[in-house]
Amino acid sequence: MNFLIGLLSIVFFILAISVIVKSMKINKNLSEAEDPNTAADSSNNINAYGMLAFWFFGTVAGVWSFNASAPDFLPEAASAHGITTDKMFWISMSVVTLAFFVTNTLLLFFAYRYRYNKNRKATFYPVNHKLELIWTVIPAVVMAILVFSGWRTWRDITSQAPSDAVVIEITGHQFGWYVRYGGTDDNQLGNYNYKLIDETNNIGIDFTDKHSFDDFTATELHLPKGKPVLLKIHAQDVLHSVYLPFHRVKMDAVPGMPTKFWFTPTVSTDEMRAKLGKKDFNFKLNCTEVCGRGHFGMAITVFVDEPADYKKWCAEQKPFLATNPAYLAKVPENLKAKAAKYIPAEPISVDSTATEAVSVN
Amino acid sequence: MSTAISHAEEVHTHAHDHEHEHHEPNFIQKYIFSEDHKTIAKQYLIMGILWAFIGGSLSIMFRLQLGFPEMQLEWLRPILGSWIDESGKIDKEFYLALVTMHGTIMVFFVLTAGLSGTFSNFLIPLQIGARDMASGFINMLSFWFFFLSSAIMFSSLFIETGPASGGWVIYPPLSALPQAMPGSGLGMTLWLTSMAFFIVSSLMGGINYICTIINLRTRGMTFTKMPLTIWSFFFTAILGLLSFPVLLSAALLLIFDRSFGTSFYLSEIYIQGQALPNVGGSAILYQHLFWFLGHPEVYIVLLPALGMTSEIIATNARKPIFGYRAMIGSLMGITVLAFIVWAHHMFVTGMNPFLGSVFMFLTLIIAVPSAVKAFNYITTLWKGNLIFTPAMLFSIGLVSLFISGGVTGIILGNSALDINLHDTYFVVAHFHLVMGSASFFGLMAGVYHWFPKMFGRMMNKTLGYIHFWATFVGVYAVFFPMHYTGIAGFPRRYYSFTALGNDGQNAFTDLNQFITVAAILTFSSQAIFFFNFVYSIFKGKKATENPWNSNTLEWTTPVDPGHGNWPGEIPAVYRWPYDYSKPGAESDFIPQHIPFSATPESNLPEENEEIAKEKAIESLLAAQNESYNR
Repeated sequence: MNFLIGLLSIVFFILAISVIVKSMKINKNLSEAEDPNTAADSSNNINAYGMLAFWFFGTVAGVWSFNASAPDFLPEAASAHGITTDKMFWISMSVVTLAFFVTNTLLLFFAYRYRYNKNRKATFYPVNHKLELIWTVIPAVVMAILVFSGWRTWRDITSQAPSDAVVIEITGHQFGWYVRYGGTDDNQLGNYNYKLIDETNNIGIDFTDKHSFDDFTATELHLPKGKPVLLKIHAQDVLHSVYLPFHRVKMDAVPGMPTKFWFTPTVSTDEMRAKLGKKDFNFKLNCTEVCGRGHFGMAITVFVDEPADYKKWCAEQKPFLATNPAYLAKVPENLKAKAAKYIPAEPISVDSTATEAVSVN
Repeated sequence: MSTAISHAEEVHTHAHDHEHEHHEPNFIQKYIFSEDHKTIAKQYLIMGILWAFIGGSLSIMFRLQLGFPEMQLEWLRPILGSWIDESGKIDKEFYLALVTMHGTIMVFFVLTAGLSGTFSNFLIPLQIGARDMASGFINMLSFWFFFLSSAIMFSSLFIETGPASGGWVIYPPLSALPQAMPGSGLGMTLWLTSMAFFIVSSLMGGINYICTIINLRTRGMTFTKMPLTIWSFFFTAILGLLSFPVLLSAALLLIFDRSFGTSFYLSEIYIQGQALPNVGGSAILYQHLFWFLGHPEVYIVLLPALGMTSEIIATNARKPIFGYRAMIGSLMGITVLAFIVWAHHMFVTGMNPFLGSVFMFLTLIIAVPSAVKAFNYITTLWKGNLIFTPAMLFSIGLVSLFISGGVTGIILGNSALDINLHDTYFVVAHFHLVMGSASFFGLMAGVYHWFPKMFGRMMNKTLGYIHFWATFVGVYAVFFPMHYTGIAGFPRRYYSFTALGNDGQNAFTDLNQFITVAAILTFSSQAIFFFNFVYSIFKGKKATENPWNSNTLEWTTPVDPGHGNWPGEIPAVYRWPYDYSKPGAESDFIPQHIPFSATPESNLPEENEEIAKEKAIESLLAAQNESYNR
């Protein structure tokens, strides 16, 4: 609402200016004719004052709107590298805002100050090598500093993931994300192959690989707090992009080319809820590469758990093979025995406990 | 070649032998299949303006969805038909089509063809002192290929499956697989066909601009006496000539993938319950090829605007442009660097991070020549005597927008910061200010400034002032707040923000409404321009030969320069184009064709030495005429 009121005032401001321009023009025509030797007309001064007014109202609007919008900015980063990049962002932002403000001020002020005056002549000032040198070197130095710090941060972020990182696979498809964990036994993701995808095995897990047997899938992303997490990112159909806004994580998902991003979540969901005072707050994983009709809705919820809770959650998950025992048929003969131990002998085991219970009775 | 020569001959005889039989070109030769650079320029301009209104109205439609997601748009059904869904909202796929076509139209059809096509064609022969382009015929072909391309792109708006919808960058596999979205069907085919013709048009134009600038300068017009407009058109043409073919190859490979079963960009795809046989392709390859054009394209759009601004600011500040050679140097620097920064669009695409570091360094270097340009503009205003014509106002606006949009480039060019900001509204704000709005302001400045030479009449100034202030305030009101939503992590090309969760969609409701209303007002105020433009062509005040008291050669032509531009000899050039308010001079401007020997009172010491060279320059007349006769 405030913004709309602001907008209306801008509109009326423009209307007011145009009315003044018109009336000045009429006045001017009555009093004196325009100077025939120049293209400057009676509105010249109005336009000059307009530059000042633009500077003034622009500054007020800029400061006010920033303050009004700031509460809706992303909260403090919930990842280790995010804190660094946020800090760098605001430092860079201050530098460029200063440059933006100073140069725009000079531009608009000079436009006002040196408006046409028939008693004055412009200064013939075609070149000054010293000045040119100064304003080549200063931006170059500032830029060099920004680039250097940016490069170091970038290098750290994109470095090899620590060997103890929790590896999670994210697969983008129209329009959603599949999540796969390496399982609680071998903790390694098995292979996958896009040709093995079917309605149930929608990631295309390859069961000829023994690491696949204990892999489990999920519809939401659980991350352990304080531990490095390596996301292995795939796409099935078109480009997608993994975006965890609160963790400052973004990496495209490309069909046929696995990508990755590792980071360390530093704030658990509960801590974030407490910090923001929002009981129903949740981290999100969104898509930021246009992928079709459902692009804007392609999101899953992300939970950052305390390490113990994370372990507990993992333990509760059932391997894919356990919930879909039919895929045992895809396991090669020599590994059948290994795979079979994930096939819960449900009917038998459940029954046996039942019979045991009965027999005790 | 023979066509070019015979044409030049014809121009020559036409211009010089007035007693000679005068075969007046008929209507079709004069206005439709014209080989006259001025007519072709006007054709480009009118097409550009029409496209701008189409492109702008598309943006208003998607802004309505973003600002007022609950609004009933049933009233748009007469235009959009079933693209308005049963609930009275814009269809989700059509939303993407709107975004895509808005980008495509604005970048290519308005700011490349409309800007470069208009002013390179109009100003190059007039400002360097040539009777026409090196090849009028190729120039005509260039426009008609553009027209063909426009017709195809326009027709794609009306097909049942909708126009291309995968974003203006048309990244495969989305754009390669018709099953991925309806817009990737016929709409995409038309898009690619249209762009192929567009590239042909652009190359023909570019070759012509370069040839003309190198070969057809009038006697005395050395490279260091060329107006900055010409320098900027020259570099723009080089950029286009070297980068557009790469886009053509990207498009061709995409056409192969789409139609002939190749796998240049496709690999391991499972879509709609089917695993495709394609393996081994790389979607990233397309992005490299695309941005190899895509980034220079930013400068193809921007450089002509900067060049014209240099000219307009100097003229209306009544002061030489500050640092003429530094301006050329920075244009050159930008041109070279423009080719080696493309991958900064791809920091988070999975490209090797080491490559990201390299491109971050290169990208931030390009900020230096850009900063030099901004400082030089500001210093040109300093101690000037500023006349605020509408063209001057738009030029000052351009400098402001160029700075405001440019500074955020330093943030986005930093790969570590780009991780969070990539594909958010921060990027949208950045490039709409620095490239979209700044170039648009350059286009407007150019129209207001050269209108008298184009149509022999003046545009209404008061309407021009109102148009400027409404647009200047408007574009800031539209694009500046987008930085905020960007910092808040709002991704671009989102139909709505419901999936951000945590009430994200309610965070900027009023801001998004503000942007939409501001966009509608800004767009509507372009009607003032349109009215002024059309009205002034027919009913404007009659212009004089040199209404702005400017120095460059085009103002030495008659009010309505005919075929061949100068009725008599082409004037010779003796001095640079920026002798404004020269100490000692009687008038506050000394045009380029005035020899130093005629202005002893204002000559600088080194310029007195130039007097000796005047004889040599004059003696080139015969050779120059000869070249037109050859």
